Amino acid sequence: MSRISLTVGRPSIASRRGMAIPCVLILGWIVVGSTGLVDRHFLVPFQRVVTVPFLDPDGRTVWLGLAASLARMVAGFAIGAGAGALLGFAMGLSRFGNRLIGPSFTAVRQVTVFAWIPLLTAWFGNGEEAKLVFVALAALFPMALNTQQGLRDVPVAYRELASVLRLSPRRRFTRVLLPSALPSIVVGIEIALISAWIGTVGAEYAMGFGRGVGIFLVQGREQFRMDIVIVGVIALAVVGYLINATFRSLLARWVPWRGNPS
Amino acid sequence: MRATNLLDIRAVSKTYIVDDEPVEVLRNIHFTVAEEEFVTVIGESGCGKSTLLRLIVGLDIGYCGDILLDGTRIAAPGRDRGIVFQDHRLLPWLSVEQNVALGLDASDESPAAVKQAVAANLDLVKLADFGRAYPHQLSGGMAQRAAIARALVAKPRILLLDEPLGALDSQTRAYLQDELLRIHQRGKVTMVMVTHDIEEAVYLSDKIVVMEPRPGRVRGIVPVELPHPRNRAAADFIAVKERVLASLVNGPPLCFDAAPKSRPIVPDGRARRFG
Repeated sequence: MSRISLTVGRPSIASRRGMAIPCVLILGWIVVGSTGLVDRHFLVPFQRVVTVPFLDPDGRTVWLGLAASLARMVAGFAIGAGAGALLGFAMGLSRFGNRLIGPSFTAVRQVTVFAWIPLLTAWFGNGEEAKLVFVALAALFPMALNTQQGLRDVPVAYRELASVLRLSPRRRFTRVLLPSALPSIVVGIEIALISAWIGTVGAEYAMGFGRGVGIFLVQGREQFRMDIVIVGVIALAVVGYLINATFRSLLARWVPWRGNPS
Repeated sequence: MRATNLLDIRAVSKTYIVDDEPVEVLRNIHFTVAEEEFVTVIGESGCGKSTLLRLIVGLDIGYCGDILLDGTRIAAPGRDRGIVFQDHRLLPWLSVEQNVALGLDASDESPAAVKQAVAANLDLVKLADFGRAYPHQLSGGMAQRAAIARALVAKPRILLLDEPLGALDSQTRAYLQDELLRIHQRGKVTMVMVTHDIEEAVYLSDKIVVMEPRPGRVRGIVPVELPHPRNRAAADFIAVKERVLASLVNGPPLCFDAAPKSRPIVPDGRARRFG
């Protein structure tokens, strides 16, 4: 997982231009759907996708699924990102910690997160535990990596300053190291959240059982209900977008000096 | 020992290890700085002048010879020394006030005393109205003044300046040179400044230590006995400039201190930045 750099910007006319492509696509969708050029099973009419989550008895379960998925994501994220932050601090603050944990961490990180699924289902079954552990793992790696990188990349100039000013270890951490690493840590939280969201849906999709957007998608596919599949996909995209947008504003608020390098 | 010799640099040598090869950065440096004196160290880049300041401030204690401050060998950073770097190194997440207060962070002074000292020093560098501002809101010259306030707030015996004006435009530079002189005279602070600008050295200092590079050695020490305020166009000012220039370029060593034999140079660990 690579680091994402964000630019902090204010909404402007230029940013509204991003709405142009979705609008054109939806318009095209409505037009093509109403002409009947394409089989309704492959491309359901736009109007149907809008009404299904509210009127269709199967479609309405998307809300329950979304709630279940979000709860699963938040719980898994809290465990994984918490552990990841601890690992990241251990590796980023102490040379000993880095030598001790670093090599194992780097090796385990190379395993694609979805490759864990067979192992986890063997250990924890197909139930909630396996999904939670999987979501936690998905969140752990980006969180640990960004925390460690942020601390490791604290400029030597600031470290020297802390030495010259004879700051205590505690003040050195709170005044110098943590604020300097904060942008990277916030980006780590964001990637961990997105990764937890992808992990949640992936785990539901792969393991089945219970409720969730992933399971909603599986059911839609099995019943060949394109409207339900599209509703599920839109739900995924909206949550992902909201995570992204929230973090842009959080980054701007918590790290106001970023973008103003002095 | 006489109290007037605040800083005594004796036979100081420094060798870094770069790619397993020893690189000699400083060889047998000798000079003294008297109380309330303004000394500049001048030389082309690579002559080790910044390294010398790092040794004096205590960032690097693996050196041969002795650096004595008030008769005590320097072994760590301390409250008795303040430093201003070429880049102001204000922390962007702290306000100017908080940055300056960081200079007293390690002291056990009361919050009220810290607040008072911060205000007094911001006043000294004429930034009294900018305490709440953040570094990115300041110009380069203002940021450097804030850095000076941070270095002075703990009342150091000696202020070390590592090309503090090097990154500024010439107008700001001239203004800050006068500010430095004013702070030097008003605060009775001893100052050691590294620069590569001859005119700046002659304008500011009581004594100029001329260094030559690879390895860094003292080529000569030029006293500047001109009254303040100095006129950059005056004949005696230009004469001193010429003397410094002559010893800097290729002239023979001038008024070299009687130096004892250099101690053996012992490589001392990891490679670090050169100054």
